[in-house]
Amino acid sequence: MSASLTALARRRLARDRGAVAALIALLAITLACLIGPFLTGHAPERIYPDFVRTRPSLAAHPTPDEIRPALDRLAQRMRVTLAEMHREGGQVRLTLTASKPIDPRNLVLLPRSDLFGPATIVERSPDGQKLVVEAPVRRLHFLLGTDMLGRDLLTRCLVAGRVSLLIGLVATLVALSLGVAYGAVSGLIGGGLDALMMRVVDILYALPFVFFVIVLLVFFRAGLWLVLVAVAAVEWLDMARIVRTQTLSLKSRDFIRAAYALGSGTGAVLVRHAVPNTLGPIIAAATLLVPRVILLESFLSFLGLGVQEPATSWGVLIAEGARALEAAPWMLAAPAGFLVVTLMALNRLGDGLSDALDPRL
Amino acid sequence: MTALLLRRLAQSLPTLFLVIAGSFFLIRLAPGGPFDLERPLPPAAIENLRRLYGLDAPLPVQFFRYLAGLARGDLGPSFSFRDLTVADLFARGLPVSATLGALALVLALTLGLALGSLAAFRRGGLADRFVGLVASLGLAVPNFVIAPLLQIGFGLGLAWLPVGGWGGGAPQNLVLPVITLALPHAAGIARLTRASLAEVLVQPHIRTQRAMGFSRARVARHALRGALLPVVATLGPLAAGLMTGSVVVETIFGLPGIGRYFVDGALNRDYTLVMGTVVLVAVLVLAFNLIADLIAAWLDPRMRAA
Repeated sequence: MSASLTALARRRLARDRGAVAALIALLAITLACLIGPFLTGHAPERIYPDFVRTRPSLAAHPTPDEIRPALDRLAQRMRVTLAEMHREGGQVRLTLTASKPIDPRNLVLLPRSDLFGPATIVERSPDGQKLVVEAPVRRLHFLLGTDMLGRDLLTRCLVAGRVSLLIGLVATLVALSLGVAYGAVSGLIGGGLDALMMRVVDILYALPFVFFVIVLLVFFRAGLWLVLVAVAAVEWLDMARIVRTQTLSLKSRDFIRAAYALGSGTGAVLVRHAVPNTLGPIIAAATLLVPRVILLESFLSFLGLGVQEPATSWGVLIAEGARALEAAPWMLAAPAGFLVVTLMALNRLGDGLSDALDPRL
Repeated sequence: MTALLLRRLAQSLPTLFLVIAGSFFLIRLAPGGPFDLERPLPPAAIENLRRLYGLDAPLPVQFFRYLAGLARGDLGPSFSFRDLTVADLFARGLPVSATLGALALVLALTLGLALGSLAAFRRGGLADRFVGLVASLGLAVPNFVIAPLLQIGFGLGLAWLPVGGWGGGAPQNLVLPVITLALPHAAGIARLTRASLAEVLVQPHIRTQRAMGFSRARVARHALRGALLPVVATLGPLAAGLMTGSVVVETIFGLPGIGRYFVDGALNRDYTLVMGTVVLVAVLVLAFNLIADLIAAWLDPRMRAA
């Protein structure tokens, strides 16, 4: 492909507003998944027992009406009565009473609760049965809420996105290399070998592959790498066909003949001439392959056959969300939103690329 | 036409054999067995069970026994459902899956063709954009997201339809699963129809017909016939997709179809049930590819030679 053709394609793509928006959305999601988990202030595995199934909101937690019930629970565990509570700014001032002297060591329960910082004793009655303490109220943000265990959903979605995107990319690359190698060899050598190789592809096409993948995953312990291999094994066929068609049409072109005439071997012609010249349609097809791979992975994870805990992917989170739909609808909405936006953007970008790279236009 | 049919049938047989051999050895070579229960059985009992089911014979012998059974239409006994053969399970599950699949196929084709044609005839218009948006959404929202949403919306929220279960095939039990199963495929068909119809509509023979003053409906009919070919070509993959989808749909809606038997069978290392499902699905997919070829040949005489 000459430079002018590439430049032309780039210019065409830049004019396609939808494709540009899709590209920006994809970059944003990728960036968010890569660095976002460090910025949310929560570790993906961190469990907040006091914030189980918190609704998504912009407000800081604990909210005013979460403080009282949490304090009542804490008072019960400290075996004291919460006589009075004042809230001023970022602090709470508590008056605790009990029939026996209060052990100040119990106050350690306050910072352990996720809601409050370390407490300081302001006032202590001579008999030790009344204690006035002050503790700072923490400010935690759960923008997309928390799950059934009290883990921050935004952080989990972003971390899961890393896995989903990684699988999408790597499996596509594997399928791509397989398909390109197979298709280029088949198209370039041609003849009986080509017929045989394409017959094999036809046969494989007719197989209910997903059933094979399920068998594979169930019988040989599921895991990230097996999912990758299984997905790639299913998806390379299209690529092989596209590359073969491209190579066939290239084969009779003058510059390929010239390369042969100059004494290049088949391998050199393949690598230097055939593959680079089929890149346009391949890039477009690969872009459309990524969403299919991501979808297939989440389908397998949804069935519990894909990525296993503690690793997580959007499919895993969607499965959790679907089970908790009634109690916590945001648990489905958040990962499904990430998945759907990513898939739509990838599809749109792929469509845009195949238009932009189409030499007929 | 008959020659085509026979040729395609002959081509399907090696494929089918490959599927059977591939899945048979894949399953047998995997670690774990059907008698690995949570409370381990005494070795002597396992030995007896293995002898009873012929699992003690060398693998190639087992394979030929299985093939011989298949030729007689015997899919073998199920290991995980006691006292039932795989054929019994299919006799229960197949009507469920087939009903679901057939209805979803009809719905997906109707919806997809209608929306796709609408978009192509009104190219660039509001309807076109709307269909484009709906189709790209339909392709991006997986059925395991659609299903719970439908359940909570129509099942729990509005309480119009049951959330799950088969209910003896009652129509109200079928609505949500069929919609779930059909929607992604309807989106795909709509896109495909739009693209191929748009390509046909600008061709000279259509322009000529318009110029000759044929009615819109007549022109549309001519154009559709040509545009249908790529859609028909996807019938085989579509059937495969519906069967894959039914694994999810049957799991979510708690329907006793073969998709669910398959997943349960795989989890229980039920060799014969898994094998039986793979064989059944392969036969169905091959049959659909064949039907697609025949329809294509009927629509386009040029395909008959291929």
